[in-house]
Amino acid sequence: MNKPATGIPPASAYFITPEKEREELHTLAVVVDNEPGVLARIIGLFSARGYNIEQLTVSETEHERGISRITIVCRGTPHTLNQIRAQLSRLVPVHSVADLTLMGDPIERELALVKVVGEGEKRVEALRLADAFRARVVDAHTGSFVFEITGKSRKVDQFIELMKPLGLIEVVRTGIAAISRGPKPLRAD
Amino acid sequence: MTDKAQPEMMTGAEIVLRALKDQGVKDIFGYPGGAVLPIYDELFQQDELNHILVRHEQGAVHAAEGYARSSGKVGVVMVTSGPGATNTVTGLTDALMDSIPVVVITGQVPTTLIGTDAFQECDTVGITRPATKHNYLVKDVNDIARTIHEAFYVATHGRPGPVVVDIPKDIQFQTGVYVPPEEVKHRTYHPQVKGDPAAIEQALELMANAKRPIFYTGGGVINSGMAAVEALRDLVKATGFPITSTLMGLGAFPASNEQWLGMLGMHGTYEANLAMHGCDVMIAVGARFDDRITGKVDAFAPGSKKIHIDIDPASINKVVHADVGILGDCGHVLQEMLRLWHEKNLSEKVDREALARWWNQIDVWRARDCLAYQKRKDAIMPQYAIERLWALTHEMDPIITTDVGQHQMWTAQYYRFDAPRRLMTSGGLGTMGYGLPAALGAKAANRDKPVICISGDGSIQMNIQELATAIHHDLPVKVFLLNNNYLGMVRQWQELLHGNRFSESYVEAQPDFLALAEAYHWKGMHVTRPDELDDAIREMMAHDGPVFMNVQVVNLANCFPMIPAGQPHNEMLLGEEVKSAEEAGV
Repeated sequence: MNKPATGIPPASAYFITPEKEREELHTLAVVVDNEPGVLARIIGLFSARGYNIEQLTVSETEHERGISRITIVCRGTPHTLNQIRAQLSRLVPVHSVADLTLMGDPIERELALVKVVGEGEKRVEALRLADAFRARVVDAHTGSFVFEITGKSRKVDQFIELMKPLGLIEVVRTGIAAISRGPKPLRAD
Repeated sequence: MTDKAQPEMMTGAEIVLRALKDQGVKDIFGYPGGAVLPIYDELFQQDELNHILVRHEQGAVHAAEGYARSSGKVGVVMVTSGPGATNTVTGLTDALMDSIPVVVITGQVPTTLIGTDAFQECDTVGITRPATKHNYLVKDVNDIARTIHEAFYVATHGRPGPVVVDIPKDIQFQTGVYVPPEEVKHRTYHPQVKGDPAAIEQALELMANAKRPIFYTGGGVINSGMAAVEALRDLVKATGFPITSTLMGLGAFPASNEQWLGMLGMHGTYEANLAMHGCDVMIAVGARFDDRITGKVDAFAPGSKKIHIDIDPASINKVVHADVGILGDCGHVLQEMLRLWHEKNLSEKVDREALARWWNQIDVWRARDCLAYQKRKDAIMPQYAIERLWALTHEMDPIITTDVGQHQMWTAQYYRFDAPRRLMTSGGLGTMGYGLPAALGAKAANRDKPVICISGDGSIQMNIQELATAIHHDLPVKVFLLNNNYLGMVRQWQELLHGNRFSESYVEAQPDFLALAEAYHWKGMHVTRPDELDDAIREMMAHDGPVFMNVQVVNLANCFPMIPAGQPHNEMLLGEEVKSAEEAGV
C-alpha cells in the first residue's frame, strides 16, 4: 500500500529512526538517599530504557545522612547520555546527578585483587612486575601471592594481562571510583 | 500547638486511615483480603471515609484514575497482597503513562513471612517498581504515617503519577506514633516549578517573530490545573495563533473556538497535522511528543523552531530536539509568558500579514472537511452516533470516558470538548477496559454531573464485572456501546496494512448485551436504526439510573484521517467522503 520509509517494516505501528550520532563513554556520579531498593531502581531504569552500563560502583559515603554515591560508567550517544542524566535526576530518591566526563577529565581509580600461583622463576617475575606496577602483596604463601593494585582501569588491565602467563588464577575488581578535579565539591543537594 | 511532646499513639491500621483523612481523602476504591483485614476492620468502625467495593482490583485503579482526573484530587486504592497487588499493575502502568496521581495501599504478608513464599505473598515493590513513580515497603509501624504523607506528596508534585505503599499485616496490628502531614518534608524530591526567565524571554522572542506559529498542548496543561488552562486560553487569544492538542489535552482549549484546529496525530484532523507540518514556530506545552503524535520523527515539523514547556526534565529533548526547553510547571510558565506578552506589547510586534496568510492556508485545509463520512439511512454510522450524542448531551456538561480503539478516536474527533476534566481516556498505555471503571470513579467524584462511558464491544468486556459496582454504590453512569462485532481498530489495521486478513478480530458469540445489562440490574437499551437514535439517547439521559445502551453500528467503518506507518504528517489517508483538493478550492 504505502511505500514504507527505509528500515521500517511495512506494517509497523512505530517509527524507528536509525541512530546517527557516535557513542561515547561517560562517567556519572549519582548521589542518592540510601533507602531500600534504590540500586534496583537505578539498574531497572537502565535495563527498562535500553541504556548500557559498563561499570557500577556503590557505597555509602555519609553514614549519618544516609547518603550513598554511585559511580556509573555508561556508553551512549550524546543524546542518550543526556536522557540518562534526565531520567536519573527525576527518580525520587536521587539527590543529584553529575556527568563527570562533561565537567572535565575526572580522576578515576579502581582496585583489583589478583591471585597468582607459581613457583621458581615465574614467581620471582610476578613479584618483580608487581613492584614495577606498585602492586602490594597482601597475602603470600609458598606457592601463591595475592596482589592489591590500584590505578586507572587501563593500568589494572595491563597488570592482569602480564600476570596471565605467570600463573594468574583469580581476579576481582571494584569498578571505578571517580571524582572531579579542582577545589569545587559535587553539589550534595 | 502547645504540647508537641505528647505524640499520638495508635495501631498501624489506625495510622493508615488517619493519614488518609489528614490528606483530605473522602473516597477509597478497593477490595479486601487477608493481608489488609486490620485496615478494613478499622474502616468498618468509622464513617468519614467512604469505601467503594469494586469487582476486580484493576477496576479499582482505573476508578481511582477517573476520580483523580475528573476532580484534580488524588485517587486512592486499597487492595490485599499477592493477586490483589498484581491485579493493580495494569492500572498503575496506565496512571504512570498518563501522569495521574494515584496512591495505592497494598497489604503484605507479615514481615516474619516475607521471603518465604507465604500464602498470597508476592514481591509487590519489586513488581510495581517500573509501574509506579515511586513505591515503598513499610517495615516499621512508626514509618507508616510519614510514608503515606510522602506518597501523596510524590504523587502530586512534579509530573504526577502512581505511588504504592506496601504494608505488612503485623505492622498494621502494632502500635506506633502518628505524624501529621505538616511535619513531613521530602528529603530529595523538589521538582523545579518556575521556568527559567531567560528561556521564557527566548521563547517570547521566537513567538513574536513567528510567521506560521502553532500551539501544541497536552495533558500537562490539565494536570497543572485551572490556572494553567486559563493562562493558556488567554495566551492563545492574545497571540491569535492556532492551537491543536493531544488526546490527553482535549478540553483545555474549547473546541468551539475559532482558533481550535482539532486533535493532531495519527487520527488527528487534516488541518491540525498539516499546520504542525508547516509551522515555523511550535509552542509545545505539557505534551511529550509521543510516537502517535510525531509520526516519522525525522520528518516531523521540518523547518520549525520548537519551544517545549514541561515539568519533566526527561521529556524535554527525549524524542524531538527543543530549540528552547523550559523546565517548570506550565501554569507558572504560561502565566509569566502572558504577563510579558502584554507588558512588552508583543501583539504589536507580530507580523499580522504573515499570520493572516497562515490562517488563510489553514482555512483552505479546513475546507476539505476531513471528518466527513458517508451518511446512511439504513444503518448507524459510528461517527453519526457520537455526533448525535454530542448534540443531545453537551449542554448537560457531561464527563465522558472511553475505552480504547476506533470508538475512542471517534470520540476525540466528534465529541467536542469545551472544558478540561471532561474526557477520561487511556492515552499512553491504551488499556482496553479502562472506560467503565473510570466512569464509576468520575461519577463518585462528581455526583451532580452525568457521566457517559463510550465503549466498544471488545473493550467493554474487559472490565464488564464493574457493572455490579455501579449498582452497589449507586453510581448511575451510562454506557454508550458502539457495537460493530469487531475489534474495530485491529480490523482496520488488518484491512489497510495486513492484506485484508482479519486474523482473530471478528468477535463471535457476543453476549446478549440487553440481557447482560438486566442481569446486573441495569436498564438495557438496544438501537439499530439511525431514526431511533435521538430518542434513545434522550431516554438514556433522562433515565434516573445506570443505562447500558447497545448501539449496533456498521461493521466495517474505518477511522480517518490516519497517518499510516512510517509516514510524516503531510501523508494522511483520508476518508472517501472528504473533498478533494479541487473541490475544496485549494
